[in-house]
Amino acid sequence: MATVKTLIYLVVCPGLLFLFIYSTFCEWYDRKLYARLQNRMGPTHTGRWGVLQPIADFFKLMSKEDIVPDRADKVMFSALPAFGLAIVSTAMLLLPVWNYSLKKPALTSFSGDLIVILYLLSLPTFIFFLAGWSSTNLFSTIGAARVLTMLFGYEVPLFLSVLSPAVLANSWRLAEIAAFYRQRPLLVLVNLLGFAIALVCVQAKLERTPFDIPHAETEIVGGTFTEYSGKKLAIFRLMLDVEMVVASGLLATVFLGGFPGGLFLGLINFIIKTLFVIFFLSLIRATTSRIRVDQIVSFSWKYLAPLAVLQLLISILFKGLIL
Amino acid sequence: MKFQIPIGPQHPALKEPIGLRITVEGEIIRDADLRLGYNHRGIEKLAESKTWVQNIYLTERICGICSHSHTTCYVQGVEKLMELQPPKRGLYIRTLVAELERIHSHLLWLGVAGHEAGFDSFFMYIWRDREIVMDILEIISGNRVHYGINTIGGVRRDLDALQVKRTLDSLDTLRKRSEYYKHLGTNEPSFVARLARVGYLSREEAISLCAVGPTLRASGVPMDVRKDDPYAVYDEVPFEVCTADTCDVLGRTVVRIKELFQSYNIIEYLLKNLPAGEIAVKAPRRARPGEVVSRYEAPRGENIHYIKSNGTDKPERLKVRAPTLGNYAATIKMLKNGFIADVPLIFAAIDPCICCAERAAAIVNARTGEEKIVPMDILRQTSQRTSPNKDEKREAEWPL
Repeated sequence: MATVKTLIYLVVCPGLLFLFIYSTFCEWYDRKLYARLQNRMGPTHTGRWGVLQPIADFFKLMSKEDIVPDRADKVMFSALPAFGLAIVSTAMLLLPVWNYSLKKPALTSFSGDLIVILYLLSLPTFIFFLAGWSSTNLFSTIGAARVLTMLFGYEVPLFLSVLSPAVLANSWRLAEIAAFYRQRPLLVLVNLLGFAIALVCVQAKLERTPFDIPHAETEIVGGTFTEYSGKKLAIFRLMLDVEMVVASGLLATVFLGGFPGGLFLGLINFIIKTLFVIFFLSLIRATTSRIRVDQIVSFSWKYLAPLAVLQLLISILFKGLIL
Repeated sequence: MKFQIPIGPQHPALKEPIGLRITVEGEIIRDADLRLGYNHRGIEKLAESKTWVQNIYLTERICGICSHSHTTCYVQGVEKLMELQPPKRGLYIRTLVAELERIHSHLLWLGVAGHEAGFDSFFMYIWRDREIVMDILEIISGNRVHYGINTIGGVRRDLDALQVKRTLDSLDTLRKRSEYYKHLGTNEPSFVARLARVGYLSREEAISLCAVGPTLRASGVPMDVRKDDPYAVYDEVPFEVCTADTCDVLGRTVVRIKELFQSYNIIEYLLKNLPAGEIAVKAPRRARPGEVVSRYEAPRGENIHYIKSNGTDKPERLKVRAPTLGNYAATIKMLKNGFIADVPLIFAAIDPCICCAERAAAIVNARTGEEKIVPMDILRQTSQRTSPNKDEKREAEWPL
């Protein structure tokens, strides 16, 4: 029975099927919000208010011709999308959505899972780099180089800003951090600066405007994805959607007190809180223009990293002096 | 490590085909090369086989955005050849449409600049408000793009009181919105970071490379045909030549936004001082032999038409120098030592209209990479030589 339950958890809810449906829904939410912020309609046709549009896009892409360039590293080129999707879906397992119980923790909730999820969220960046590099297209290569250059900018501030609530909560376990802030909701305010920094860094990690430099269409065509088409591109796009859900879920866990309330209430909590985070991500996307790759590195090291250190300092001082 | 990136002839940043070969070192451009000739249409040759009046509608189709610029430039030249003096009211309406066109072109450019910099919200908002101008143009001329309002000796359509009122009403909205875009375009940090100190072109370089239009004025040279060599009614209308001294893409943006406000003022003046009377005089069918050069300040810069008549009802030669051609040399200069990321912005900043400036076809051998620049008539001769009188191949047979 336990096996069946675990299988249902993995495959249906909150596993792959839920993840697929929810991440496409998040894409729709993001697209609709972005469109309304720009005074456009956004998706309207497929399903009520165009909700099914991302799913339709996904299946349409799946049925398109799939081209592998002659000069590409064929094994890498074909395997990378699957690896990427697997990695971000694994990261989803670590979020304390359904295994939140501290008394009877599931296998995926352990001390230090915060580090593991950050690691799993770093891997997609390398997947993008390898995808661009193994395409051997000129534009892909430039895109790949930009992916890595950007990584030097946002990765450290993201780690620092996500670690400061952990320092305050005195735990490296996501479920415990969330539980800590649920008990003392006012302490969330201490980490507001960190939340803002983490939002900007997640935006950069997801390669959305103003950080869509690796696939800036007016500069380097499709960037890292220039050579990708058909199924592989569809899986990459799905991967980005899932990454958005996982990253916003991580921010919601660490900064907004996680998802209490068991399977159903927990899921509702999860949906509300991730949509809240995605709302900010869309807002940033709509109100900025793409910056240059040298500008993001200097911006991160001049502003983001010092502010993240400041946030860490605030957390440490707060913990030492007041708590 | 140096390598070459081909931008174009097909590239998302380019709305028309042009080849930009860029030699880069990392992200920095060391050398740039422009390849023209992907979109030659043979309009100058075609003009020689059409009558003076037919050519108005041909020149209108040189460009989809500055269509009125080309017809006005052509019509002014022909009027000079025929020694016609169009009536005042006709000239006022002609100038009115010209300024409306400038507004629609500059708004279009601002939107494109936003898009090239990845600021899509700016693009969407501006293009939404550009519709206001398009609607005014439709109210006045019946068309959104090719207004068909010019004729030799005046204009074809008169304005009535309602049209004047609706145009003036729309101007208020446009002014208000443009203030907002001026604020946004010069203050939004990420947008300004992309525009400032990009594509530097000093005053001396701008003059020596013969840059025209907003590109020249953004380098601090107050040169505008409307002021220097007034045509139509620009000698009566009060306006200022807008310049900027930053010599970069931000300066070009500022110049265009300032010109928007000047255009609003000009339109208001024109509509409030519209003289009564005829809108056109009758033009003869033939022009006496002679040649004429006509200048016009298009939204993109100085537009020049050279017209030669041999006394018949058709021109012997029509030579068009579109403003984009004047800016190509400066573009190469601006691209050098910039970033790859800035290529679309720098290139878009001259507001290129590529087909308008094409005068030959380029043939590239896909296997060897060999290039040939071929004038259109030779191309036609070649096609006739290689396949003379071949039977047309039918694609499908009738089944019954």
